[in-house]
Amino acid sequence: MDFWFFLIQLLNGVQYGLLLFLVASGLTLIFGIMGIINLAHGAFYMLGAYLAWWLAGVTGSLVAAVLLSLPIAALVGYVIEAVLVRTLYKRDHLDQVLLTYGLILIFNEAQRIFWGNDVHGVAVPQALAWSFKLTETLSYPAYRVVLSVVCGALALVMYFVIAKTRFGMWVRAGASNREMVAALGINVKLLFGLVFAIGAALAGLAGAISTPITSVAPGMGDTVLIICFVVVVIGGVGSVKGAFLGALLIGLADTFGKVFVPDFASFTVYGVMAAVLLWKPRGLFA
Amino acid sequence: MITHIPKRLAILLLVLLVVLALFPLWGKLVFAAKFTFLMQKLTGIMILAILAMSLDLLVGVAGLVSLGHAAFFGLGGYMLALMSPQYDAANLWLVLPAGLAGVAAAALVVGFLSIRTSGIYFIMVTLAFGQMGFYFFNDSKLAGGSDGAYIYVKPTVEAFGTTLVNLDDKLSFFYVTLGVLVGVYALLRVLLASPFGRVISAIGVNEYRVQGLGFNPMAYKLVAFTIAGTIAGLAGFLAATQYGFVNPAMLGWHQSGHVLVMVILGGMGTLFGPVLGAFVLELAHFAFESLTEHWLLPMGVMVIAIVLLLPKGLAGLLLKWTDRKEDGP
Amino acid sequence: MDIAKTVTRRTILQAGAVAAVGVSGFVPTRFAIGNTAKVKVGFLLPYTGTYAGLGEAITNAFKLAVEERGGKMGGREIQYVAVDSEANPAKGPENTNKLVTGENVDFLVGPVHSGVALGMVKVVRESGTITVIANAGAGAATGPLCAPNIFRTSFTNWQASYPMGKVAVERGLKNVVTMSWKYAAGEEALAGFEANFTKHGGKVVKQIMVPFPSDEFQANLTEIASLKPDGVFVFFAGAGALKFVKDYAAAGLKSIQLMGSGFLTDGVLKGQGEAAEGVLTTLHYADALDTPENKAFRAAYSKSFGKEADVYAVQGYDAAQLLVQGMAAVKGDTGAKPALIDAMEKAVIKSPRGTFTLSKAHNPVQDFYLRQVKGGQEIVVGVAEKALADPATGCKMG
Repeated sequence: MDFWFFLIQLLNGVQYGLLLFLVASGLTLIFGIMGIINLAHGAFYMLGAYLAWWLAGVTGSLVAAVLLSLPIAALVGYVIEAVLVRTLYKRDHLDQVLLTYGLILIFNEAQRIFWGNDVHGVAVPQALAWSFKLTETLSYPAYRVVLSVVCGALALVMYFVIAKTRFGMWVRAGASNREMVAALGINVKLLFGLVFAIGAALAGLAGAISTPITSVAPGMGDTVLIICFVVVVIGGVGSVKGAFLGALLIGLADTFGKVFVPDFASFTVYGVMAAVLLWKPRGLFA
Repeated sequence: MITHIPKRLAILLLVLLVVLALFPLWGKLVFAAKFTFLMQKLTGIMILAILAMSLDLLVGVAGLVSLGHAAFFGLGGYMLALMSPQYDAANLWLVLPAGLAGVAAAALVVGFLSIRTSGIYFIMVTLAFGQMGFYFFNDSKLAGGSDGAYIYVKPTVEAFGTTLVNLDDKLSFFYVTLGVLVGVYALLRVLLASPFGRVISAIGVNEYRVQGLGFNPMAYKLVAFTIAGTIAGLAGFLAATQYGFVNPAMLGWHQSGHVLVMVILGGMGTLFGPVLGAFVLELAHFAFESLTEHWLLPMGVMVIAIVLLLPKGLAGLLLKWTDRKEDGP
Repeated sequence: MDIAKTVTRRTILQAGAVAAVGVSGFVPTRFAIGNTAKVKVGFLLPYTGTYAGLGEAITNAFKLAVEERGGKMGGREIQYVAVDSEANPAKGPENTNKLVTGENVDFLVGPVHSGVALGMVKVVRESGTITVIANAGAGAATGPLCAPNIFRTSFTNWQASYPMGKVAVERGLKNVVTMSWKYAAGEEALAGFEANFTKHGGKVVKQIMVPFPSDEFQANLTEIASLKPDGVFVFFAGAGALKFVKDYAAAGLKSIQLMGSGFLTDGVLKGQGEAAEGVLTTLHYADALDTPENKAFRAAYSKSFGKEADVYAVQGYDAAQLLVQGMAAVKGDTGAKPALIDAMEKAVIKSPRGTFTLSKAHNPVQDFYLRQVKGGQEIVVGVAEKALADPATGCKMG
């Protein structure tokens, strides 16, 4: 196997992994601190993507569209937490699962009513519509590189916030012992509302900034949901570091699976997850 | 896990069962032209109800939330498709036990690997195995790949050279399915009342205490997983028989998720709850879809309303309702 | 297969006989109803999820065609019943049954998804309901599973990819990589291309199948770059097609000619933007076809629905045309099934795509156009194959 070929594939894997981290990070936050299995996470991703596409058309700028869709996604997340999710904290986790399942249906229908059934694409912003030439035939789009940098930076910010700030302390406390957070006299209502809003915003951001390299289409949230769960669970629920490494692992497994064992490419992601959990039943970092 | 069913509830469930069983009589009068279709629709719902009950054994009783349960459902269907001769009818007395044995073996292996994990991790491991099952049939040429496969001639049910039931006959198949539904319910009730069942239920409540009492929870969980998988396979076998068609989508996570919703909506750990859940969810879908093109919206609102208003699902409502009546004057 | 065939044929005959008895028994009433009762047309199409746009286009165009023809079929008014297939093959038979047995439709139109089509075919082969497949390209439906009551106004996956095989060689592209999702439609499409391509002396360097419905193509694009083929032929549709074309261009592969069946760009060209520039496709339709039928159709469609028509709309439009012609021949008597089927078999459809007829297996015998994207528009380069018929391998009808 050609050395360059291998290196480029490695780059592909890392880049895909970073993108997966961005999509999954919000899920692991909500998971870790609130103990909620949020099936509607993919719906927030879809919301972000549709908002970005729609607002980019209205404002003429993708950057403006992303910046505008972020607070909208956060607001929608906050309202949903305050109105619906909040009433279920004392109930079985599966009730929350069912609630978020209901939300998926409503989100999907809302998307259809507001934005219709067509498949859309968003152009890469002019300033980034160039690429690095790697080989004679292959180049690497600048937008993907920028996207990787954004994802990496976001991972660092999250790491910093969680390791160094008071808010991060609550998150860590919440991840290990939810009851304790309440006992410490922290305003749990506010914290949970914030966490849910941030989770929704992260999913929305992921959907919004990946529009230039993906398609904006009905049902896009459902596809992304499962891969997010895979990433989160491999890393260990609630662990942002785990989600980061889990995302890289899945990114690499998917890439090299397609290259080296194409006949079994459908199985690689799930095979890796099953193998990790059989080896470490609570994920890599939980 | 519900062990005691109030008398009033038992009567209510029995009435519902009789109403269902007599559908071929009254349905003809009420629905006229649509009767045959509705009978087939009800048969389909009963098959899903069997699947939901089998999942309840895991989710509601043993506390094992599986998101890959449809894999065994689909596998049961594929077993029939693979064992049916192309031009001839298979013998039910051969293909059914052989098919279920195959599903049981698969459930045993998957269960053995999965039960080491718990909680969300168990959900995801079962999802992983379910998806692997889906891709196995989707990618391979074994049974038509993603297009699915046909069962041209339905299995014969014969004894001493005479046909007992003609599975091609929609009315007969309705009653066969109803029989299996009632049979599986009874079987699970007996199972749960047995010493084995009490251990399984106790594991669902507190696994460590069970271990402390000297039982090996792993072994019990594995047996429960295998039984649940096999019953799911039986439901899949029926589903494949009904329309003579199998497709990889039967194994996919959408199907698993759909059944899980039935279980939670109906009320976990009650066995009859998931059956009600299957009926309510499917009939609501049917009704909303015929009312509006935007059926997802009322469907979502209904699911959310049930979660918010009925803490223990439909079964919880019925239990509260019938219990209060018994306590009253 | 033979015996299975006779079995199912017998059932169809029996069903026909039963229907005939039913009709003869109620001749007076039937006749009386005949002029007033509405013809029931059932749609089994996706109205939610990824393929919702296709379902919408087919439904819209079908209704448009009927409206343009006086809103009637064989003099009878029409009642539509739509069922959301959810593009879920597991529910295919049940959803078909809902229309066939539950609604007792006279005609069935659908579906988009090949897996759903196979489930639908299973049911209608037994019920004998006259069915028009308005999209799904599964070869089997007009191949081994063909039946007198099953028609298609769309294409087979083989058919839509076959013409490009010759074009590729003619353009000097001798070494080609093929790629698709790993599912039946993808395999059939690649097989169609390869058959024609190798026949004319081309060589498929590598066939890449990616998991369905994954749209992460980066690893495979790198692979293609390292293989340095003369051209790449792919089968993708909808959201996946949009993303593939963008990724392909972004990966700097534009110097390698990208080819596909027309679904690669149809309906998603606008979203693909500049990335689609130069892409070659073959299809039985092109938006830019300069015929009076096409111009009139596109104008009427955009006037009625406020959006541009696409190939899916054309297929829905022609499904209606086929049924209208059949019904005209029997003057609205849906009970005269043999005569109705006969008329449909002989129909000549003046389609926006150009005039076509049906093969013995009831699949369109139609021209395939070579199209290329230039300046954001799909330009018709020429006709790649004239009156191409699907080989209908395994169909013993006619």
